[in-house]
Amino acid sequence: MPTYSFLSLLREGFTGHKGWTPAWRFPDPKPAYDAVIIGGGGHGLATAYYLAKLHGMRNIAVIEKGWIGGGNAGRNTTIIRSNYLEDASAAIYEHALKLWEGLGRELNYNIMMSHRGVMNLAHDEGEARVLKRRTEANRLNGIDTEWLDAKQVKEFCPPINISAGSRFPVLGATLQRRGGVNRHDAVVWGYARAADVMGVDIIQNCEVTGIKVEAGVVTGISTSRGDIRTPKVASVAAGHTSIIANMVGVRLPIQSHPLQAWVSEPVKPLIPCVVMSNAVHAYVSQSDKGELVMGAGIDPHNSYTQRGGLDTIEHSLAALIELFPMFSRLRLLRQWGGIVDTCPDASPIITKTKVKGFYINAGWGTGGWKATPGSGHAFADLVARDEPNAIAAPFSVERFSSGALVAEHGAAAVAH
Amino acid sequence: MQRFRLHQGGLIDRSRPVHFTFDGRSYEGYTGDTLASALLANGVHMIARSFKYHRPRGILGAGSEDPAGLVQVGANANETDPNMRATEVEIFDGLETFSQNCWPSLSFDIGAVNDLVWRWLPAGFYYKTFMGPPANWMFFEPLIRRAAGLGKAPEGKDPDRYESQNRHCDVLVAGGGPSGLMAALTAARSGARVILSEETPLLGGRLNALDPSETSINGKTPREWVAACEAELAKLPNVTVLTRTCAFGYYADNFVALAQIEQDHLAPAARDAARPRQRLWRIRAKEVVLATGATERPLVFHGNDRPGIMLASAAETYLHRYGVKAGNRAVVFTNNNGAWGSAFALAKAGVQIVAIVDARPAPEEALMRQAASLGIPVHPHATIVDTRGQFRVKTAVVRRLDGHRGVSGEATVINCDLIAVSGGWSPNAALFSQSRGKLRFDAGLPGFRPGPSWQAERSAGAANGAMKLADCLAEGAAAGADAATKSGFAGTNPAAYTLQQPDAPSYNGIATWQLPSGRSASSTRAFVDLQNDVQAKDLKLAVQEGYASVEHAKRYTTTGMGTDQGKTVGINAFGILADELGKSMQEVGVTTYRQPFKPITFGALAGQHGGALYAPRRTTPMHDWHESHGAVFEPVGEWLRAQVYTRPGETFASALQREARTARTSVGVLDASTLGKIDIRGKDAREFLNRVYSNAWLKLAPGRCRYGLMLKEDGMVFDDGVTACLAEDHFHMTTTTGGAARVLNWLEEYLQTEWTDLEVYLTSVTEQWAVAAIGGPKAAEVVAAVADKFNPNPGNFPFMSFREATAGGIPARIFRISFTGELSYEINVPASYGLALWERVMAAGDKYKITAYGTEAMHLLRAEKGFIIVGQDTDGTVAPDDLRMPGMAKTSADFIGRRSLTRADTVRKDRKQLVGLLTEDPSVVLMEGAHIIATAVEPVERPAPALGHVTSSYKSPNLNRSIALALVKGGGELIGKTVYVSRKGADPIHATVVETDFMKQVGSHS
Ligand SMILES: Cc1cc2nc3c(=O)[nH]c(=O)nc-3n(C[C@H](O)[C@H](O)[C@H](O)COP(=O)(O)OP(=O)(O)OC[C@H]3O[C@@H](n4cnc5c(N)ncnc54)[C@H](O)[C@@H]3O)c2cc1C
Repeated sequence: MPTYSFLSLLREGFTGHKGWTPAWRFPDPKPAYDAVIIGGGGHGLATAYYLAKLHGMRNIAVIEKGWIGGGNAGRNTTIIRSNYLEDASAAIYEHALKLWEGLGRELNYNIMMSHRGVMNLAHDEGEARVLKRRTEANRLNGIDTEWLDAKQVKEFCPPINISAGSRFPVLGATLQRRGGVNRHDAVVWGYARAADVMGVDIIQNCEVTGIKVEAGVVTGISTSRGDIRTPKVASVAAGHTSIIANMVGVRLPIQSHPLQAWVSEPVKPLIPCVVMSNAVHAYVSQSDKGELVMGAGIDPHNSYTQRGGLDTIEHSLAALIELFPMFSRLRLLRQWGGIVDTCPDASPIITKTKVKGFYINAGWGTGGWKATPGSGHAFADLVARDEPNAIAAPFSVERFSSGALVAEHGAAAVAH
Repeated sequence: MQRFRLHQGGLIDRSRPVHFTFDGRSYEGYTGDTLASALLANGVHMIARSFKYHRPRGILGAGSEDPAGLVQVGANANETDPNMRATEVEIFDGLETFSQNCWPSLSFDIGAVNDLVWRWLPAGFYYKTFMGPPANWMFFEPLIRRAAGLGKAPEGKDPDRYESQNRHCDVLVAGGGPSGLMAALTAARSGARVILSEETPLLGGRLNALDPSETSINGKTPREWVAACEAELAKLPNVTVLTRTCAFGYYADNFVALAQIEQDHLAPAARDAARPRQRLWRIRAKEVVLATGATERPLVFHGNDRPGIMLASAAETYLHRYGVKAGNRAVVFTNNNGAWGSAFALAKAGVQIVAIVDARPAPEEALMRQAASLGIPVHPHATIVDTRGQFRVKTAVVRRLDGHRGVSGEATVINCDLIAVSGGWSPNAALFSQSRGKLRFDAGLPGFRPGPSWQAERSAGAANGAMKLADCLAEGAAAGADAATKSGFAGTNPAAYTLQQPDAPSYNGIATWQLPSGRSASSTRAFVDLQNDVQAKDLKLAVQEGYASVEHAKRYTTTGMGTDQGKTVGINAFGILADELGKSMQEVGVTTYRQPFKPITFGALAGQHGGALYAPRRTTPMHDWHESHGAVFEPVGEWLRAQVYTRPGETFASALQREARTARTSVGVLDASTLGKIDIRGKDAREFLNRVYSNAWLKLAPGRCRYGLMLKEDGMVFDDGVTACLAEDHFHMTTTTGGAARVLNWLEEYLQTEWTDLEVYLTSVTEQWAVAAIGGPKAAEVVAAVADKFNPNPGNFPFMSFREATAGGIPARIFRISFTGELSYEINVPASYGLALWERVMAAGDKYKITAYGTEAMHLLRAEKGFIIVGQDTDGTVAPDDLRMPGMAKTSADFIGRRSLTRADTVRKDRKQLVGLLTEDPSVVLMEGAHIIATAVEPVERPAPALGHVTSSYKSPNLNRSIALALVKGGGELIGKTVYVSRKGADPIHATVVETDFMKQVGSHS
């Protein structure tokens, strides 16, 4: 496989780019694998990559019902930060952020990791208190969160309206400078390409329809392209996790909701960073192409259709225009939705189950993109060793019976 | 001088000339022109630069399908609109327009260097480079960002207004062309409530682009027929016709969103300030007719992207609708019969047709004869292999096609200033696809057309693949009849019509997704997406590299992701992919059409919900009094509450200290009207309370009140408040201010889904009662004076009880409850008497130097007593026992959250518990949110373990020192011990853990 670099691009330019080879193969499923990963999103592909790279498990497959990255991976707004409140969350998201920092080079794929800073606004005393608490918690956890007052917010993001008379005045914000955004497709494709080279079969257009269990132990899966034998099944199916878990009778406290995002037409650089506001359920950043990328909170109903209503967007836009008055005349270019898997404590589930050989990584809800490398890394470890490491352990499904929740809901309603 | 304007014809108003500018130069057009038609009338073709290579771009289409003719409209910094389609901007006197995405000028654009190195900038090149040190992505990104983007955003607040409104109807017809008009007429005559929305300013659709002398409907010219339809529809009260209104989004349950332009097309002086600029219509339709027409496809050949290369149908539209010749010497390039008609129409108007190039081996004999009679040279089975002309096409080079992928023979070089192209027609199926319908490939068309319906809709006419006017009229009428019948107007018959038209051969297109050039594949520059500069070879590269699914190829190459939504792009791209993959079109499929059909102004989507109407603020009946007495307000939930009342000479801090002191030494009054209030009635009300509160409620007697905690299922505190028993089956519940709506929803959810057997009725009465909370040693005296014939003395009116009374004749409910620990009363009166009550209280309290106090003093006073604020001292992880309040979790009966209280983690001894903190130095006020650690010296390693955090912290005037509440691991066990409060950049602060009731323990010292 050709290495991607400035030089190889230069060379190929002279010869009409004939030398580029497929980024991955299109294998037919083999009769048996050492492990099968359900779901070719960011987390599934990252899991496969780390299983192959760090645990030497190369006879494995990623089974994707559509095209890789067609789920939330290819629909999310890619906000990345690690400044979560709880210690367990800070640990996994910071682990992920450190991996993001070197990931483009590691995968030899430019994932356009842009550490442009993520701001979370406080609009009233209550929010300010919560965000200052988080800043302090982050400081003790070694995470680079700063508290900015309104003036500093304006300096960091000049277009923002901080006038005291506005309906949701900006009292201040937290800023994580290492936070930012990246290119979702590139991450998916980069992981897929790197996993494929190590021998991982990425099987697209193949839906998992059943999981075979004998005497409480996984023996294989059924798919739309035939049966596959395997002792380990790792489900990384995001919004469709409950359906997969149901195949083996594992019950999860997950609710699936549509979550929408949308972009404006491209304009010249306007917003230098990521701005998020819980009070108004809205956030925005600007893509390298120039589109304003915006999002809202979940649509309130439960659904598996990847679409939501117009009302959610209307409300968020009204809020965003209050914050950024110049948005009013820009235009909505595209609107879409994904299905997010929300947990009662707004934290993920990385777990073994009562069925031996069946593992679940899910519940990332509205904010799992940022965790992708960390999640894949920790989950691969669990799948390979059948034991959670220190990072994964707090996220066991057992916590819902013990009560040892990792409560992030208080900290963020729009939890990206 | 409009050099390219015909002397007659067109639907423009020649009596009203209009002057406008483009890039500072002044031009003339007529009312009814678009910017595109007016510029073409002046001979201007090049108006823009493309996104990636900054190649010159002209006008390809005549409507919302145009991919790259984008301009910036308006010079006012706050009112300028980027990325406006010249084909849609209606001109008016004084309109200022500018080219965008070019510097320093449109003709000399530095960005065009990208086009010199195009070989090194193929699809997805950026994924392969810019990642290594030392110049990593963070270095390149700013450069890339600056180069990208199209137009410029406005700078400040939009001076315009927007509105939105809701409508129900029986039949919504999207599209006002021949099919849509027939559908609307048919449905309207049945009596159904009809809404007809048309994207452009004129009804008529393609009829407006026909030669008016050749076609007649019902014996009228097309324009007369449209006018007759319009007049009939206008007379019917059950019909709403909306022009300049785009049906842009089809959502669940036949909810369709329309965006209407109300004033953009008017000169500023003609605009009505009372009307919005644009309006969002939210339509819930019983039945929908999609009559959205079809879009002509360009052809994909080497050099196909120069200004002056235009869709044949667009050239015809400019001719007949606007009276403009798009050129003097035209080559018509087609793969179907339709464009021959365009050629003849152009010829008739005086355009010299220098060639018809047809990719088909054997074009229709009749057409060949007609061309010969007009002296038009025809090149059958041929293709354009190249074009020239820097800013406008000057020549086309034509060669014969050889087999499927080759060319042969001599090259013919043809001088021209216009190439009219037609690659066939694609039904506009975006709305159908948004409705969740699946498209199917029709090889006869060839193109994708709507398959079976998913929602209550049907497509008609060109949107459904009909290519003949007669079929469009008939399908429209049938669709209107079907929709009316299904929406309850049974027996509706399709409207009748007669049609006269010259015989024209049927359209007979073939599939030509890309034409050969005789060059090597890598040096062929054939554009598929004119805005994003995607070339056929980019799609092939995507396939070569494994991005073979349509969605991958689209994303990898950015095909169809521009502001034109890929209207002229899609099918050609899918065809190229299908050819490359050796798959059928149906197998390759299409990418998902997403809302909106075309870009929609954010302001219109936000509607009137801006400024003061964005989440309107709630104020209490006493608000004006607060305002006139120096109140500083703070938002609490949706409410605006007085935080503190500053008197002349006072600062915020000194006012706070005064208020808090007076409330303990004499008397203070708080406006507590914002507390959530829920009226609970029904024979099972008591049982209901016993289930939703964690403490016991069964024995509360009428006339008595009780404090209650509500938990979530996980056992964690969710809200609190005092509820009074008014009668056996009637209670008055209070909630936190911010939690009012949340709690009501929560209670309703349980009543409606879990406990449907309980007879309980909930009514929010938050706004019905105004509340003055009077507290302090002199509170009883004040209440005695305020209430009529009422003895508030504690002996007569015990703590936690309630009485009905009057106050100056105003009916009142008086509660003896306290959130400060002082003797205290809450007087509730109907909201309209709130101000009267308040003034009465102030008058009665005057001799005791009563003070109104705000939320800040209230917070302080309750903290002095160790009372919690849910949401501040709790955060969803605090169980009743963690608050160290005994008796808040009953054992006598079940309640929400009970099971969770015995879980392993909830009974853990070292849970975080609420305690008081007293700093060693009484003048140091801890920061709320500060973290508590176990060591006097902060460890340097990270993560450094924390014991908990400070939840509330104040400087107390009554205790004359700082106080704080904190959640601390195993806090109860630490009473009397020292903990350390970490802070940035300095040593931790030493503090002693104490019980939370500071008044009790410290009070005596002060
Ligand atoms: C609109 C939106 C915005 C978001 N914004 C952010 C953000 O800014 N920051 C952030 O951190 N997070 C964000 N998220 C959340 C984030 O996208 C997800 O948490 C994360 O991507 C989920 O992991 P994934 O990539 O593996 O999921 P997915 O990409 O959804 O992967 C799951 C895959 O499983 C496949 N699958 C399901 N069932 C089967 C089956 N039976 N057989 C085979 N395959 C199956 C699906 O097709 C899918 O490809 C957002 C989500 C959405 C929807």
